[in-house]
Amino acid sequence: MQVTMTVNGEEVTREVEGRLLLVHFLRDHLGLTGTHWGCDTSNCGTCVVWLDGEPVKSCTVLAAMAGGHEVRTVEDLERDGELDPVQRGFMECHGLQCGFCTPGMMMTARALLDRNPDPSEEEIREAISGQICRCTGYATIVRSVRWAAAHEANAGGAA
Amino acid sequence: MTTVDERPAGFENNDHKPVGHGRMLRKEDPRFIRGKGRYVDDVQLPGMLHCAILRSPVAHARIVSIDTTAAEAHPKVKAVVTGAALTELGLAWMPTLSGDVQAVLATDKVRFQGQEVAFVVAEDRYAARDALELIDVEYDVLDPVIDVRRALEPGAPVIRDDLDGKTDNHIFDWETGDEAATEAVFASADVVVSEDIVYPRVHPAPMETCGCVADYDRIDGRLTLWSTSQAPHAHRTLYAIVAGLPEHKIRVISPDIGGGFGGKVPIYPGYVCAIVGSIVTGKPVKWMEDRSENLTSTGFARDYIMRGEIAATRDGKILAVRTNVLADHGAFNGVAAPVKYPAGFFGVFTGSYDLQAAHCKMTAVYTNKAPGGVAYACSFRITEAVYLIERIVDCLAYELQMDPVELRIKNFIQPDQFPYRTKTGWLYDSGDYEPTMRKALEIAGYDELRREQAERRACGELMGIGVSFFTEAVGAGPRKDMDILGLGMADGCELRVHPTGKAVVRLSVQTQGQGHETTFAQIVAEEIGIPPADIDVVHGDTDQTPFGLGTYGSRSTPVSGAAAALVARKVRDKARLIASAMLEVSVADLEWQKGAFHVKGDPAKSVTIQEIAMRAHGAGDLPEGVEGGLEAQICYNPENLTYPHGAYICVVDIDPGTAQVKVRRFVAVDDCGTRINPMIIEGQVHRGLTDGVGMALMEMIAFDEDGNCLGGSLMDYLIPTALEVPDWETGFTVTPSPHHPIGAKGVGESATVGSPPAIVNAVVDALKPFGIRHADMPLTPSRVWDAMRGVPRPPV
Repeated sequence: MQVTMTVNGEEVTREVEGRLLLVHFLRDHLGLTGTHWGCDTSNCGTCVVWLDGEPVKSCTVLAAMAGGHEVRTVEDLERDGELDPVQRGFMECHGLQCGFCTPGMMMTARALLDRNPDPSEEEIREAISGQICRCTGYATIVRSVRWAAAHEANAGGAA
Repeated sequence: MTTVDERPAGFENNDHKPVGHGRMLRKEDPRFIRGKGRYVDDVQLPGMLHCAILRSPVAHARIVSIDTTAAEAHPKVKAVVTGAALTELGLAWMPTLSGDVQAVLATDKVRFQGQEVAFVVAEDRYAARDALELIDVEYDVLDPVIDVRRALEPGAPVIRDDLDGKTDNHIFDWETGDEAATEAVFASADVVVSEDIVYPRVHPAPMETCGCVADYDRIDGRLTLWSTSQAPHAHRTLYAIVAGLPEHKIRVISPDIGGGFGGKVPIYPGYVCAIVGSIVTGKPVKWMEDRSENLTSTGFARDYIMRGEIAATRDGKILAVRTNVLADHGAFNGVAAPVKYPAGFFGVFTGSYDLQAAHCKMTAVYTNKAPGGVAYACSFRITEAVYLIERIVDCLAYELQMDPVELRIKNFIQPDQFPYRTKTGWLYDSGDYEPTMRKALEIAGYDELRREQAERRACGELMGIGVSFFTEAVGAGPRKDMDILGLGMADGCELRVHPTGKAVVRLSVQTQGQGHETTFAQIVAEEIGIPPADIDVVHGDTDQTPFGLGTYGSRSTPVSGAAAALVARKVRDKARLIASAMLEVSVADLEWQKGAFHVKGDPAKSVTIQEIAMRAHGAGDLPEGVEGGLEAQICYNPENLTYPHGAYICVVDIDPGTAQVKVRRFVAVDDCGTRINPMIIEGQVHRGLTDGVGMALMEMIAFDEDGNCLGGSLMDYLIPTALEVPDWETGFTVTPSPHHPIGAKGVGESATVGSPPAIVNAVVDALKPFGIRHADMPLTPSRVWDAMRGVPRPPV
């Protein structure tokens, strides 16, 4: 079947099998390998992308279901050569080690900050609780998101 | 290639010491935060095919027949391979890292649920999975051996009838220490405490599963393998031995690795299947296991059933420790440990205490479960050793009604006793334990916590405070004692300084997230004065790096880090000769200050390392006997392991209505000797503490009586999320190692080793009002509930 969707602001059309998962569509068909795959059961969250502005686990969405919708991936966080404050926060606060869960964590963090520009530690932990990181122990991820929130506030709330 | 971003204005620069040790942001992060990491599954080659593996649904069965006709007829299938086909190639069995053999594909029997039976190579990963469904295997199901305590019973089914003359499930007996001396101490001791302590089977479950892309070039006979390997050089040599391919024609590349934790040390059948698939089809073949395959077939960890005993005087002087261990190694002995250490470094179970005697007896057996055993940041079984001693010391404190901190401090090895030879023969390099413990007590506010606990107990609340103190043995290891399949555990390192003073350092170890590209640049920077930003770290590619045994057992900094420091000193020595010619003074008249040689007494007269580099490559004469260029290579053979230590304090609250354990606080004070990048060290500690919460409270790979794995997905195998762990509180002390050129010790696994006993000790402490002295991991609500009702049960 043919599927058309907007990915990171660009319309793409591909011939796919009806059963193709969005994560495989992004990775194998579009070469957007920043989105990862880590489990079969929607538990790990390494595959989180945005679907119409909402973080979703792309291993549990069919590419066909994303037809006609807008998808945003980690590759779109940096814009016009400017890193997103979330990306800077993760570097600055050692919010990553192996980097495998990082894209999903950052997409969730970006969505959280868009909704809640000054989240508490508890709110951040709640927001990322559907995702697993085996390296950081989460504390530095929480600090990374707080860092991003503080630096967005300083920049006048620009996303 | 590593790059460092330009820092935008106003972006805090916390790189206070751009040359040398210190907190510095990671050089690898710019690619990861852009989604530009390159992991194995990101590798796409033209014409690449996909491999999927058919696995056994049962734990123990004879294979009656395999019919692949329908799978072969699938339009997208390029090859279907069974054990019989591999037998013809001489590849049906492969050596494990422990002198056993393991089936690549089962030929006669399947021996655990999830074992590899056949594989398919197809045009895409979905078609490969489809074709698995078309393979028809008839099994004659046999009784499995699941209960490890019954594995040696007469009449137990013999799992390894493939081994000549094998009539039972025994693998090895092993002992350490002095049995008679220990018995003598126990016989005359005031107090003896015994406890049955189980360290359940767990799994490292890195976020990236195992996989590879094999690309065999039929024309020049060259195999390139992108692989999730923590030890690319060792793997290359093993492929040469197993597959008979010439070693110089094999290139193993470990690109970015999404976490390893020991699970990516062994060679798994899937890698061999992909290689065979590429040889058979002439195309590149990718194999990536799914999460269930990862949890059910690749390296598990622990699975020790331990009887611990401790002897002491009535006033709390610990005299001796002994233990009897039953080790479940699964269906193949695939333990990844130095050959002479079948129980890894479990021999350090004497802990941080000055004892009169110690003894351990161990028996390892086969069961119908997945192979493995050494993984999950265990420092070669030191997780089990530290858990045993730190749990049994708490049991002693319980019996003596002594504070667990006071008991530990009273028995510490004293600073003037180092280097300290333990009763099981280990030479602890350095340590000053009491200040580390005191620092943890201070950060935690220990006395205040005890007061609060007394108040809460009076109100019926369940609050627990747990303490652990560990000493690790990391950095394997001296080649006279330590090898893996005959390969000595030394590591090479090469440093080249280019004419413009930029450098490249090539390592034999491989990062899986530990930040080698940063830490090793810092080590070299400290020694040779070139800023870390100007030093590129190359690793994870056997064509690009010198030979060495890889990253596991916290060995990168102790072994390869030493190699990096020493190779830089070798380059500096040569630079000194060139500097003396440039400055027209004798070598003895030169002083090194980071980055330049100065003439003694005339510091204005100097040459920088960059100027020397240009001279080394430039026109003009060099001193007699000095070759052009500025580079060196070494192979570092460590003289000893390094012995980091740490004091951990955990505070838990248990809901009396649900038995849910909440970790309220966790204080970790680590001493890993000289610290290179404190940010990275803290990150490693945080990681291990989270492992500890997982193992102590949630994680376990369990089996039902038929051998069905009950932890085969992340819905069943519970890993901590951000909601189960607290904000970690860390501190440090510094006791440099005298056996390492910069005094550094390993730290990557310290917290995984040290935290589980602190958490379990805290839970047991909370349950003290119920008269509980011990409860086994994982302390899930149902298991804590049982303990509260006086029926704590072992997990297996």
